[in-house]
Amino acid sequence: MSQEKLIAIPNITTPNNPVIFNQDICNGCNHCVEVCQIDVYIPHPQKGKPPIILHPDECWYCGCCVNDCPRPGAITFNWPLQQRGYWKKKATGEVHQI
Amino acid sequence: MSTWHDYLKEQGHAPDWPYPIRFDQEQEIDADVLVIGGGIAGCWAAISAARQGLNVVLVEKGDTIRSGAGGPGCDHWCNVPANPLSNVNPDEWAQHMADRPYCNGIGIQIQCREDYDTLLEMEQMGGKIRDTEDEYVGAEGRDAKTKFMISPRYTQIHSYFSGGKAITLKSNPDRKLNNVVIRVWGTTFKPALKKECKRLGVKIFDRVMVTSLLTEKGVQSARVVGATGFNNRTGEFMLFKSKSAVLATAGAGSIWMISTELGGYCNMMPRTTTGDGTVMAWRAGAALTNMESTGIMRIATGYKHKWYTGGGDASYENVPIVDANGKRLPYPIQGWVDWGAMLPAPGVEDKIREGILKGEYALPFYGDFPAMSEVERRATWKLMLGEEATTKIIIDTFNKAGYDPGQDLLQSYKFIEGVSLPQWREAGYGGGLLVDWDLKTTLDGLYAAGTQMFNPEDHSYAAATGRYAGRKAAAYARQVGESKISREQVAREKARVYAPVKGTGGLEWKELHAGIARAMQYYASEFKTESLFKMGLDALRKIEEESVPLLFAIDPHKLMRSLEDTSLLTYAQIILQASLARKASSFPLNFQRIDYPTLDPPEWQKFLTIKLENGKVKTGELPLAFWGNMKNQYEAHNKDYDGVYRGKR
Repeated sequence: MSQEKLIAIPNITTPNNPVIFNQDICNGCNHCVEVCQIDVYIPHPQKGKPPIILHPDECWYCGCCVNDCPRPGAITFNWPLQQRGYWKKKATGEVHQI
Repeated sequence: MSTWHDYLKEQGHAPDWPYPIRFDQEQEIDADVLVIGGGIAGCWAAISAARQGLNVVLVEKGDTIRSGAGGPGCDHWCNVPANPLSNVNPDEWAQHMADRPYCNGIGIQIQCREDYDTLLEMEQMGGKIRDTEDEYVGAEGRDAKTKFMISPRYTQIHSYFSGGKAITLKSNPDRKLNNVVIRVWGTTFKPALKKECKRLGVKIFDRVMVTSLLTEKGVQSARVVGATGFNNRTGEFMLFKSKSAVLATAGAGSIWMISTELGGYCNMMPRTTTGDGTVMAWRAGAALTNMESTGIMRIATGYKHKWYTGGGDASYENVPIVDANGKRLPYPIQGWVDWGAMLPAPGVEDKIREGILKGEYALPFYGDFPAMSEVERRATWKLMLGEEATTKIIIDTFNKAGYDPGQDLLQSYKFIEGVSLPQWREAGYGGGLLVDWDLKTTLDGLYAAGTQMFNPEDHSYAAATGRYAGRKAAAYARQVGESKISREQVAREKARVYAPVKGTGGLEWKELHAGIARAMQYYASEFKTESLFKMGLDALRKIEEESVPLLFAIDPHKLMRSLEDTSLLTYAQIILQASLARKASSFPLNFQRIDYPTLDPPEWQKFLTIKLENGKVKTGELPLAFWGNMKNQYEAHNKDYDGVYRGKR
């Protein structure tokens, strides 16, 4: 750890991760890049790899990229922490969060 | 891992811009009908114009496949009184809907007359509008013969008014359900519309932001003969020449607020909703109306929990609401049970608040999905929420996390997340382009549809008016000859558009947006006076003169965001100019002036119009219901209308 070279980068935009790609399922078809209303993504320079999330701060969580992905499981929505909804089991009163 | 920072860490360098850079290149495209904006209204306009056999060009800032407010989906086709299950007369229903002050009677009449035809054409194209798989047999409102599913919205009580009264019309005197809203599977719509555009030979230019309209000889208020734009991935300049044009872009969604750090701009609209079309029409000399009308911002992602696009809460519609101890709250159920009421009667919300403070009701509240009947629960969760715009992904996320509507209470965020602050407002759906019975603007060659018009409505309104405007724009294009664009006008716009890429530092688009928003919060929010409006105009002029020249954009995407800011800036200036012109307060316009406190005095119950003439702001006025007798006018203007498309498929 101490020997690792660090690069100087600014603070990360938050939230920074509107979706999580599963590299094993995603084949880099870039359909999500096309359906995104606002160009959150750019294609990865290497063919076959999941796109790069370039503008996470512009995502408005419409969900089209996940809804329309031709390979189910390749993209999972990752709601920002403050956006994760709650529910309660009616029978037990136990509270859950997405 | 796929973030930009991951890439940087892995590769040791940032990724290259993935698209070719063509800032210095230009493409010229000829069209009979040019459609600007590829959302619901734009796609329908392009399809209906192309069905007349014309050369149609459709230009869209995102990608037509899912762009626009209706891109992700839509769960109900509103105001479709001409459907076979309806219990009301379409003209009578239209008249009733147009009783709301400052609405758009022209658009409403078109919607009520042609929405059912539009819906059937949506089905022809592959959109799902019926319960063909018999998933919801037994659900209230489902018709066994047609397999249409009537929506529980607006069934007997007018949804738009708080604690509304039952609607009694001549055609529906015995207080039967109106049956004017049909449930649809709207996630299937947008890809089907794009496919039909392609099948009809519409030339689609995705990822192109249009920034200006071209007028004959470059003269303000002259006939519209084209438009300019640029590709927001490559930067290439685009020049469109047209015989007629339909404006179908979005309203202005975020003039009063921006906070990117909390995600999604904290507004119910995506960033792309920046009023570009309204502003380019304004610069070309078109008249706008209702621009002084604003609303309280329906803030969403970031500041509030997101359901719908922040405007509502899924623990509300069709669902009984209970407190943390399971005690039923006096909210209407909003669906079949309370006859379509969408808001509680006046005073109910205050009583609940008192009850909370006294310990009578325990927070948080919950939507009691398990209390619903199985089929109604499924229709609400899977069909209504599963097909409506941005809620599909929310439903899917809940399902995957293990939420079971049959057993689990869905948390409501009422009260615990607070309300919007009064200085956070939105231009909303009040102002827009003035149109006539052809949906023609005040400029020859320029038509408007959907959100582009003053006081627009919803998804099916955008569809019906888009389809109508496309038809009218096509008829006009057939009559007129070629016309010459002004190269000088093009050169001026080119210089304006590319100025931010020439800069190397200065002001970035987010900061500019925040500066505009703050000026509007200070000078055009809850407290309205002549002197505050003038200070607002001064503040915006200072931004225009001193800050806009400092804008810089490092790539075509950021250039788009920068130019959107300039749209927002002009839009804000128009709002202030229109606000100065209305020297009275108005309840329906949400316009309360301290210096003119009387609400809606009779002499001010009128539309105010505003436009640029020889570069100067000019205001005018029109009486409410200036459109005349809606039924007669519609019929006089549509003698040749032949209903549902029967062309080659």
